[in-house]
This record gives sequence, C-alpha cells and structure tokens, in this order.
Amino acid sequence: MSGAVPKIRVRGLRKAFGDKVVLDGVDLDIMPGTSMVVIGGSGTGKSVLLKCILGLLDPDEGTIEIDGKDLLAMDSAARAATRAKIGMLFQNGALFDSISVWENVSFALLAQHRVTRGGARAKAGEVLGQVGLSPSVGDLSPSELSGGMQKRVGLARAIAAQPEILFFDEPTTGLDPIMGAVIDGLIVDCVKRLGSTALAITHDMASATRIGDRAAMLYNGRIVWTGPAGELLGSGNEVVDQFTHGRRDGPIKMELRR
Amino acid sequence: MTSPLDLLAALGRGAIRLCRAIGDITLFGLTGLLDIVRPPFYWRLFVRALMEIGYYSLPVVALTALFTGMVLALQSSTGLSRFSAETAMPTLVVLSITRELGPVLAGLMVSGRVGAAMAAEIGTMRVTDQIDALTTLSTDPMRYLVAPRLLAGIIALPLLVVIADILGVFGGFFVATIKLGFGPSTYITTTLTNMQTQDVVSGLTKAAVFGFLISLMGCYHGYNSRGGAQGVGAATTLAVVSASVLILAFDYLLSELFFVR
Repeated sequence: MSGAVPKIRVRGLRKAFGDKVVLDGVDLDIMPGTSMVVIGGSGTGKSVLLKCILGLLDPDEGTIEIDGKDLLAMDSAARAATRAKIGMLFQNGALFDSISVWENVSFALLAQHRVTRGGARAKAGEVLGQVGLSPSVGDLSPSELSGGMQKRVGLARAIAAQPEILFFDEPTTGLDPIMGAVIDGLIVDCVKRLGSTALAITHDMASATRIGDRAAMLYNGRIVWTGPAGELLGSGNEVVDQFTHGRRDGPIKMELRR
Repeated sequence: MTSPLDLLAALGRGAIRLCRAIGDITLFGLTGLLDIVRPPFYWRLFVRALMEIGYYSLPVVALTALFTGMVLALQSSTGLSRFSAETAMPTLVVLSITRELGPVLAGLMVSGRVGAAMAAEIGTMRVTDQIDALTTLSTDPMRYLVAPRLLAGIIALPLLVVIADILGVFGGFFVATIKLGFGPSTYITTTLTNMQTQDVVSGLTKAAVFGFLISLMGCYHGYNSRGGAQGVGAATTLAVVSASVLILAFDYLLSELFFVR
C-alpha cells in the first residue's frame, strides 16, 4: 500500500486570510477508491481545504497532487481537465435556480458536449432514479423541492458525469436524522457503484462513520489525527475524543464573546 | 484630534481603493468582451438576457420617451416664444431626443430595472455557491454569466433607443399639433429636414456604450458580492448608482467626441 500513488495528496498546505491563518501546513493522503472524512469544528477550515483542492481558492503554500500531478503547477487547461474528474455536492445544494432540475443534473454532460439535449434529458431521468427520485422531478424548478430533495438532486448532479473523485461538503447539514441517514446511504451507494475516491467534510459524527472508510481531524489548521472512521469514537486522541463526544472541557477551546 | 497626516493617509487609502476598483472593473470588462468572441458562447443565455434587457424594458422606456417628447415640446414652445422662435421647436425636440434624452433616459431606466436585477441574480448565485458550482461543472462563470449579458446590453439598448427616438418625436408632434397649433406636415417636414444621420448615429453609439456599462456594472457588482442578503442588497444598489453615474459621465465624453471640433 505504501508504494501506491494516492489519488489525492496534500502536502504543507497553508492558507491565510489577512492575519487569520486557516490552514497551517495540512498533510493528507487519500488512496484510490477510499472514502475519507475530514471532521472539525465550525470555522476550522474544512471548506477552505476542499476549495483549495478544487482550485476555487489558491493556497499560499504547499502542494496538491491528483493522480501524482501537481494541480498548482498546471496551466488553466490542464487544471480544468483535472477538475472535470471531480464531482461536488455543495452544503446547500447550490442548484441553479434559473434552470430546471433535469438541466441541473445533466449540466456537466452538456457543458462537456458529451450528450445532446435529448440525451441529457434521458440521462438526467436515469440518474435521478439512482438517487431515489422520479424522472418527473426533472421538470420541476429547484425552488419547488424540499431540502432533502435538493440534496438528492445535488448528489445526482455530482455523479451524473461519473467522476473519478467525489467531494461532499457537509452533506447532512439542515436535514432531519432520518433524511440524513438516507442521503448518507445514497452517497455510499454512489461511491461504491462508481468506484470513486471520496472526500467528505462534516461535523456530524453519525454521518462521518456512515460515509467514511478513513477519517481525519482538522484542528488549528493541521490534521491532528487520521485513522479508520470506525475508530473515531475511541481514537485515544484527546482532541478527537473531545470533539466526537461533544465535551465542553478539553484541549479545544471555543472562542466565545459576550 | 485628527492630525493632517491622518487625513492625508485616509485620502491616500481612498485614492488607492479607487484606482484598484477602476483596474478591477476594466479587467473584468475586457475579459467579458474577449469571452464574447472566444467559444463556447451561450446563445440560449444571450437570447434570455436580450429579452430581459430589451423586450421587458420596452414599456418603461416607451412611456419615458413619449412623455419626455411631450414635455419638451411644451417647455420649448413657451421658452422659444420669448424670442419669437417657436418654429425651431420641432428641431429642438428631435435633436434633444436623438442626441441626448433618448439614450440617456433609456439608459437610466434600464439601469434601474435591469442592472439591479442582474446584480441581484448573480449576487445570489455568488452567496449560494452557485458560481463555485459552475466552476466545478467545467463551466467558466465569466463566459456563462457575464459574456452573454454584456453582448445583450450592447445590442438591446440601441434597439430600445430607436423606439424611444420615434416615440419621443411623436410625443412632441402630438403636443405641437393638438395643443400648440402646429400643422402636422410642417412639423414633420421641419423635423426631417433638420435631423442629420450623425444625430441618430451618435445617439445609438451612446446607447450601445450605455448598454455595455449597465451590464458591466450589474455583472461586476453581483459577481463580487459577499456576505449574504446584505451583500446582495449592497451590490444591487452599487450596480444602479455606478451605472447611472457612468452613463452621465460617458454621455459627456461621447458628446465631446461627436460634436466638439
């Protein structure tokens, strides 16, 4: 295993906004076909890490390799080609509200000219079925959907182009526990069916253990623990233990202002 | 107590911010213009923007032009009568409408209606991660959101101004013939004799520039909005205010270019 090239390798990643250092030397390896979950408190930089890997933010220092190629050293065309391998489920769905659900789902296929509009319509119906929605939902506008349905449509859009890598940003935020479990189940199914490598960020422990093969804890801008996701609740690391058990006292000090 | 150095520093910071904003907007506009000619171009979105800017703005622009022509005839008639020059009224109406009031008033009306809507739509897309989502779906947000709107603005506003010119002149004609006792044929003959191609062309050129500025400000402020609903609201206000001020400033510059020898 040690000789294999990670699908995603992050080394010494640093990102600051003004004086505030958010990522302070993040190292992370995600092996092909693995589901990695990064946990951490609100504002610890989980989304920033994801956006740096996606190329939506430029890090100040460090390297990000996908399939062994340095993303930051690529020209814009190569970076776009690499980005096309990635599907992303955004925290709030980020569905385009000016177009219908089926156009949202097949957006990447149409953008990459891989299908005609007729073919895209049929493909959207098929993918909506994979996330437990009726093809007739495709004719609705995103604003007509409930929160859970929007997440499913967001997931359908992320997997429609059959990406090699899938990112999930807080996939269960804003959902009730049952719908959260349903979405997690769909995520696991989709990742297995596509054989993709997945990276999810969350602070929902139940979701983390359901989605992840492996887990990492981001704290103070660094990864302070990595291990099997099943060991999250008994990691032996005092930072992880405080976080996963939701204890007030411990090494993590919440900044409260009155 | 504020020292003179503090005042100077504040002035310097303001000047640097202004220069940075001008540079940002210029680069944003040039990139958007280049994206019009660099494929892929999103024709479907272009047609939608054209309808939004042109077709749906037609009622407000038409009414504005009509009443402006009517008021212009009424006011110029009473003003010119002091010099016994009432016969110059049709010429004054047509030159004012085609050179100035048609493009400027249409620009200001469209800026309030469309510029605000553009900034609000793109701003909402920004704060709800839809623009980031575009990037992750192999789509350049500048080409998808900005280029079609810029081209639609450049094309739609001159078309609106052609209609505004016709209705403005008709408004003057209506008041002059119904209320002020002008003969219809005299009014039309005077109008056509004294109107030159350059008057119309200059107005349409101004309209194309104003259309570009309205779309540019709407897109720029929406694209760079931050901070949720409040940020989108601020972007909307900035888009309308900056487009309106730029329309008036460029109106002067283009008038210098066309009419000062």
